[in-house]
Amino acid sequence: MMAGNGKERVLVVLSLSGGNDFLNTIVPYTNPLYQDYRPTLGIPEDQVLRINDEVGFHPSMTELKEIYDQGNMAVIQGVGYPHPSRSHFRSMDIWHTCEPDTIGQEGWLGRTIKEMDPNAENVLTGVNFGRGLPRALVAPGVPVASVGNIETYGLLTGIEGDQQRTDALDVFSRMYAPAIGSGPVMDYIWETGRSALKGADILQTAPQKYASNVEYGANPIAQGMKAIAQVHFAEFGTRILYTTSPYNSFDTHASQAGAHAQLWRNVSESVADFYEDLREHNQGDEVLLFMFSEFGRRARDNGGGTDHGTGGACWIIGDHVNGGLYGEYPSLQQGDLEDGGDLLHNVDFRSVYTTILEKWLGMDAKPLVGGSYEPMGFL
Amino acid sequence: MAESDIALMAHLMRRAGFGATRDELEAYVAKGYEATVDELVHPEQQPDVDFDLMERSLPEYGELAGIESNQQAWVYRMVNTKRPLQEKMTLFWHGILCTGFAKIDYGRMMSIYADLFRRKGLGNYRELIMELSSHPTMVYYLDNTDNHKDAINENYGRELLELFTMGVGMDGKFNYTEDDVKAASRAFTGWSVNPALPVFPYGRSPWSFRFDPTDHDDSEKTFLGNTGRWNGGDIVNMAVETHATARFISRHLYNFFVADEPQVPAWKDTPPKDPEAIQILEKAFVDSGYEMSAVMSALFNSDFFKNSRFQKVKSPAEVVAGTIRLVKDHQNVKPGLFPVMKECTFMGQDLLNPPTVEGWHTGREWIDSGTLVERINFVADQVGNLDLPGVQLIADRMTGDSSITSPEAFVDGCLSLIGPVEVSEKTKAALIEHAKGAGEIRRGTEEDRSSLARRVGEMLQLIVATAEYQYN
Repeated sequence: MMAGNGKERVLVVLSLSGGNDFLNTIVPYTNPLYQDYRPTLGIPEDQVLRINDEVGFHPSMTELKEIYDQGNMAVIQGVGYPHPSRSHFRSMDIWHTCEPDTIGQEGWLGRTIKEMDPNAENVLTGVNFGRGLPRALVAPGVPVASVGNIETYGLLTGIEGDQQRTDALDVFSRMYAPAIGSGPVMDYIWETGRSALKGADILQTAPQKYASNVEYGANPIAQGMKAIAQVHFAEFGTRILYTTSPYNSFDTHASQAGAHAQLWRNVSESVADFYEDLREHNQGDEVLLFMFSEFGRRARDNGGGTDHGTGGACWIIGDHVNGGLYGEYPSLQQGDLEDGGDLLHNVDFRSVYTTILEKWLGMDAKPLVGGSYEPMGFL
Repeated sequence: MAESDIALMAHLMRRAGFGATRDELEAYVAKGYEATVDELVHPEQQPDVDFDLMERSLPEYGELAGIESNQQAWVYRMVNTKRPLQEKMTLFWHGILCTGFAKIDYGRMMSIYADLFRRKGLGNYRELIMELSSHPTMVYYLDNTDNHKDAINENYGRELLELFTMGVGMDGKFNYTEDDVKAASRAFTGWSVNPALPVFPYGRSPWSFRFDPTDHDDSEKTFLGNTGRWNGGDIVNMAVETHATARFISRHLYNFFVADEPQVPAWKDTPPKDPEAIQILEKAFVDSGYEMSAVMSALFNSDFFKNSRFQKVKSPAEVVAGTIRLVKDHQNVKPGLFPVMKECTFMGQDLLNPPTVEGWHTGREWIDSGTLVERINFVADQVGNLDLPGVQLIADRMTGDSSITSPEAFVDGCLSLIGPVEVSEKTKAALIEHAKGAGEIRRGTEEDRSSLARRVGEMLQLIVATAEYQYN
């Protein structure tokens, strides 16, 4: 599906790893139960960045609030899935694979990339920024470049002499050619090697092509967003660009107040810089940003932090988004809490995926998310 | 000496340690397989790493908060230890009983934590979990410092059951309930750490454990169907003695030392790859009263182990330490260990700082297009450097063996001396093709021999770039 400027539409994903505390992100500041549940971590009413008379953003989210006020952000409240898992890996895997009941091997974005580029003609249709590929991007036969540092990306770079390196890479491509009967792991390594070879040659040109007046922060979230901008502007045909906040950084069991504020400051500034960069390059029209976390946290704080919970929030940002609040704010009434302490979800995350896939990328969501889910109105 | 004996010994040393050079393998084969296993499971019979010089060369090691000198110290141990299995067990437990620098923020404490596995990793598992539960690093990492009589914090109680002992489930059934998690958490109330001494003026001091009886919930609890006024130690005992724990630890051992299994979250519903092997391990675990040296001995002497060559993808620590041992670099304290240590991080294994309490995803998940590039580039740079003594040893054997005259024999010789590594027909054909292109093998003059040595270096670089070389 094309954007208004004639370019193919792109999805950027920022994963907030660790389980973001929804209650202190979209704060129900007028609900008396909120301050009851949060005797130490409660955010005072006068500090909340008000959305309406009931809820407001965490005080660190200044830039995100501006984007919201411009009508370019949808906040999905109370998002989750039935029978929630409170394990990081498992819950992240469920968000990645859309398979809450069995252990899935394929990711929803891996399947999406396969649908976009069934013959893997472009090894850069999906690019991950960071080390280690999130399962969301994994699918058989789908190459996804995983770029730690875009400045130094390449294969057998230590071999001296251009001819020697060319010869070595030639041997490499023959050794990594597909062959039958070697098992799935060997096939996977060969395939990874082939796409690494191809992708490296292309990707290393992105930083050279890039020029911008935006100065991103030094934190990993900002650097991830900058690399995404560099690759997007280089026009390699990349459609899915993915990055993750430092692993489990949102896992704030203790000392949450300072850590959570700093994380949201980083996210807020990085996302705002990214949008400024897109506008400076006149490329905001074709980009949609999706942010999510694997679960929310317990309604009650534990004194210094919050434990693993269930229902959380996710965010969709872009010039084409119908901004506003979606989903209902989960009830804080004791009797309504899941397993006695957690916020009940009322939006299935697969409805959010379905909306993005169908209304933004123009794809049939059902096979990609493993079922029929009602699309939402944010696009 | 039979190539098959060398190959089996190389397999044992890759799995029970971080590999060995050809000279070392020959010495082990001369000693015998079972005698070598016996030596491995009794590390106390070998000298420890001479560590004084290392500590002095890392001025941060003792006092400051940073992690890098502690990570270097561990890599130094992996490279130089004469007790390879002790270091391998440390790595094994570190990936399961996780704490990480990201939260602890005190490098020395992470080294003290890893020392727990060095001391107890081949000892009794029950004692290991007991000490783990009161180790200040763990107590703080999983927030048991915030687990109070009147406000429980379930983090440790949950992970003790889910990740350190029983696992979520097996044979399709759950091993424990949410109520068991709550009971375990209540039993661990009051298990805390002493307030840390101030950082200045003398640097930090290690943390210590403190049990506060006034903050301990001493009331009755029901855990796994047993009711009593349980304290944390009772929970450890009851959890350790379940069949679930024997299964869970056996599967971890199989996954780490024998062959890659699906990731841990799948274990509740996915049966073991080799149920008989798991049964043998479970039995050794239970019959020995949880003595890990006995379990490891049973594992390494089993047929299922001996037949599991190249069934695992190397972890980054295995790639890095294995390579440095092979090329015989950093055998004494010298500059340049920092970038070597960093390679583990670039390949996806930031030592002493696993991504979550659930450790690293292993097996094929070590490999993606980013980490594959890192692995190949690092190892190729090392084995192509003829100045390194271990590479010279291989080159000397190749130049000195006048029976190697054909490109085929040249490739076979290099594959043997760097492993032995087993490669597919397709890979071998590409390597032979490259060897042919480099012309006739000559040893007549000094120049011939140094040119042949260079060709050996190039061939080793191509071998380590193969997919086959990514396996352990």
